[in-house]
Amino acid sequence: MLDVRGLQKVYEGSGRRVEAVRDLTFTVDAGELVCLVGPSGCGKTTLLKCMGGLLAPTSGEVLLEGRKVSGPPPGMAFVFQEYGRSLFPWMRVGENVELPLKQKDLSKARRRELVRDALESVGLADAVGAYPWQLSGGMQQRVAIARALAYEPRVLLMDEPFAAVDAQTRADLEDLVRGLWRKRGITILFVTHDIDEAVYLGERVIVLSASPTVVREQLKVDLPAERDQLHTRVDPRFAELRTHVYEQIQAAKRGPEPRGPKSSVQ
Amino acid sequence: MIGRLLLRLFFVVALPVVLVAVWWAASDGSTDPFWPPLRTILDTFPDVWTADQLRTDVVPSLLRLLGGYATAAVAGVALGTVIGSYRRVRAVCEPVLEFLRAVPPPVLVPVITLFAGIGDTMKIVVIASGCVWPILLNTVEGVRAVDSVMLETARSYGVTGIARLRHLVLRSASPQIFAGLRQALSIGIILMVISEMFTADNGIGFTVVQFQRSFAIPDMWTGILVLGLLGFLLSVVFQLVERRVLGWYHGLRATTRRS
Amino acid sequence: MRGGNVALGATGLAAFLALGEAVPRLGLVKEAYFPPTSRIAVALANEVSDSAFWSALGDTLTGWALGLAIAVCAGVVAGVVVSVVPYLREATASTIEFLRPIPSVALIPLAVLLYGTELKSVLLLVVYASFWQVLIQTLYGVQDVDPVAEETARSYGLGTWARVRHVLWPTALPYVMTGVRLAAAVALILAITAELVIGAPGLGRQIAVAQTSQAVPEMYALIVVAGLLGLLINVGARTVERRALAWHQSVRGEVAV
Repeated sequence: MLDVRGLQKVYEGSGRRVEAVRDLTFTVDAGELVCLVGPSGCGKTTLLKCMGGLLAPTSGEVLLEGRKVSGPPPGMAFVFQEYGRSLFPWMRVGENVELPLKQKDLSKARRRELVRDALESVGLADAVGAYPWQLSGGMQQRVAIARALAYEPRVLLMDEPFAAVDAQTRADLEDLVRGLWRKRGITILFVTHDIDEAVYLGERVIVLSASPTVVREQLKVDLPAERDQLHTRVDPRFAELRTHVYEQIQAAKRGPEPRGPKSSVQ
Repeated sequence: MIGRLLLRLFFVVALPVVLVAVWWAASDGSTDPFWPPLRTILDTFPDVWTADQLRTDVVPSLLRLLGGYATAAVAGVALGTVIGSYRRVRAVCEPVLEFLRAVPPPVLVPVITLFAGIGDTMKIVVIASGCVWPILLNTVEGVRAVDSVMLETARSYGVTGIARLRHLVLRSASPQIFAGLRQALSIGIILMVISEMFTADNGIGFTVVQFQRSFAIPDMWTGILVLGLLGFLLSVVFQLVERRVLGWYHGLRATTRRS
Repeated sequence: MRGGNVALGATGLAAFLALGEAVPRLGLVKEAYFPPTSRIAVALANEVSDSAFWSALGDTLTGWALGLAIAVCAGVVAGVVVSVVPYLREATASTIEFLRPIPSVALIPLAVLLYGTELKSVLLLVVYASFWQVLIQTLYGVQDVDPVAEETARSYGLGTWARVRHVLWPTALPYVMTGVRLAAAVALILAITAELVIGAPGLGRQIAVAQTSQAVPEMYALIVVAGLLGLLINVGARTVERRALAWHQSVRGEVAV
């Protein structure tokens, strides 16, 4: 579904050369929910922007369904961390969700239907007529998710979407994302710096090294598909997995691994 | 509830009533030819500002203002959007724009008289070329300051071209554009009046100066009142439009202020 | 980056001047209406060596500075008094909202009758126009005073004067500076207007004289001077504003009035 091959991104400006991403290769299969986790400042956002066609990689390539990504592809939707800056404050919730649909060739009735359906599935059917800034942070991020859903993407890229909301809301939103993924069968790539979140949400966790970034480890999360905040998080297997990821991240912070990426199924 | 409403009403009308009363009392029986009694001014008012007079003086003035202002708004927003969107264009234009903005707009009257004579075209061009700078420069600032996350959001959802301009860039710049439009409105009124004072055969500015030159002092005072009322009414209309278009902005600001 | 911008800006300016030279030379507009840059430059050089020009410039600056100073003092004092005296703010709101948008050029005939071409005519227009800018910004500034700071000052038994000096004034100062900057630009516009329309001595009158005597290059030269004066005032006011606010922890955004 999504292939990242030898991706490298170097920022050059005013005489300085910063290698944010060195060499990344991984695949996301159709219908998979993959979490990318890495130490802070490890170029996660750069990677995601390259995948979303918002940034051109220095070398390497990203393939969506076998086709090279050179600009934002129509089958892909993005959920940003900064919900307050990603929703347009001059549009009501409904208009925000509808705007991307207007660029597609859809009938008005179909657009209405998609907007209503998307807002219903994030539990905000009543908020169509409100302005985003009248809603709480968590609700705003739900609107951003609804906008992505209404776009009917095959791949959903989420860039630390819950980093700026409080813990309670965060748990709700995590369950929402997992629920939507199971119901709709979208492929989701979820970037986070929160290890618990990565293990709780993902079917697979890709651990990144510190910048310049390479893949440090890929880890299958063999927890049951039915997860909930109460039981999953006290599952001994959950604890093992999160400890393992935690150690990897700590090691990544200390320094780059000379051996390059390895793959393991624990 | 009713009590508070009455109190607010009292605050709104009390001082104006007192001021008018003071003016009335102080000027009553005045023999100074330049300060006629308010009573005389008000008596003269309906005689001077008949429906006919409104049609031959106020309407042409307003139409010129509207023509010049609308031209300036369209040109200012269009050019401002282009200049604001490209960093290099902005760097090239900036010093020239800073200079052109700094030229006091009234000096345009003699220049444009050279080109366009003394007709309506001259006045519309004068108003337009005076109003365009605050609109243009504020649009540049607004367009430049569009949030980077919003731009990326639009890109990733395929909102490009005209839709991007209409739904994102211009809307996001609209608070600044309106600040420019407001400055331009007061400049436009000034230019409307003085271009008519300079050379004209009708219009409010022309008529008021005629009254003053023929020493029809109470008539002149009514003209000043009409100009004042006009300024006030235009500002009220502007505020109504602004509140409608920028409702979201005021709401957003109130929300961020509270938190 | 910055050096590049300066170079680009200089290019733009050079292109603007070259355009001003080329357009009339190529006959796109009549030279009699729009003389080429070089002829304006010559006229400007002649003006600069003429003492009449300098006294006109002095007259304009006097009207501008005096008017602005009166307006700023009156505006700040009125703004603080209106905010400090109980109920005065509510009572004056409607009057201010009514008087503020009245175009000061409406006072031109009155100024002519009362003062003719004296400096007072200029001052009347300049003060009326710039006073509101300062007053409104001062009112906004005082409104912005942190209620906690105000309460604290009160609980420590600070009197009205001390509260104005230590709490209210520092908070309002950034806004006042914005008001002064806006007023400075408006004051120049009205000073030139008064000279142009009423005939009070100054650059504006020189421009009108040049126009009626068909001295077109001289007229453009004077307009360039007026523009440079405006530029100087804008840049100067912005610099003063930034200096005055350097100590302030947050430089606030401009209030749209």
